[in-house]
Amino acid sequence: MEFLKAFLVGGSICVIGQILIDKTKLTPARILVLYVCVGCLLGAVGIYPRLVEFAGAGATVPLTGFGANLAKGVMEEIDSAGAFGILTGGLKSAAGGLAAAVLFGFGAALLAEPREK
Amino acid sequence: MEANEHTKQEYEKMVEEVSPKSPIVKNCILAFLSGGAICTLGQAFRHWYLSMAMTEEECGLMVSVTLIGISAVLTALGIYGRLGKHCGAGTEVPITGFANSVVSPAIEFKKEGLVLGMAAKMFLIAGPVIVYGTLTSVIVGLIYFLLGR
Repeated sequence: MEFLKAFLVGGSICVIGQILIDKTKLTPARILVLYVCVGCLLGAVGIYPRLVEFAGAGATVPLTGFGANLAKGVMEEIDSAGAFGILTGGLKSAAGGLAAAVLFGFGAALLAEPREK
Repeated sequence: MEANEHTKQEYEKMVEEVSPKSPIVKNCILAFLSGGAICTLGQAFRHWYLSMAMTEEECGLMVSVTLIGISAVLTALGIYGRLGKHCGAGTEVPITGFANSVVSPAIEFKKEGLVLGMAAKMFLIAGPVIVYGTLTSVIVGLIYFLLGR
């Protein structure tokens, strides 16, 4: 059941992105930006955490989950560290994922050769 | 001339009627299946990590890191790019797509140097995502801070 929920919710979030790509002139890069911002706002108002509770990775794996995580991080950091959390909370919560992406990106670039398109 | 214009319009109308519909349905189905599959894989890891007595937070991070790692390997092998041609948003929207957007230009631009080639181009798409994500989080934080007092 939890896998079905993850599949349905995650798939649906991707379909919304696909409709935006096909029906508007939004490029994938803009859609990713949009997704992070929307996720952050939905996280801030408490809607996204409920979706995470319902769908697990179906909500955390799409980039909206990354955005919601920024909102969660900034609010928790403000609760524990006060005003400084406004600046540190968001990126702190994203640090692990970003460092992993940079590390793997660097590693892959060293090991792999560019291929012909 | 007028007749020509007329047929041109008719032709454009015909093209519009015939072409976009079937691709968009097909694209959406592929996006749904591929995006759903990636999230289900994420859920499987989540399930596994939670059973290893990780906290919710550690688990979330580890699921992301695992998927980023898988995506990096598939990108380096050229598999993720090929999948992306068919799956569209299904492979772009999940965190694996974000990882692909970092790894793919890193490989492609390394011939232009390790600093302004690989390292700079790594953030071609991730950069804007981080910029606007950070800005939104600061605004959210500011509002939360002011409302909380």
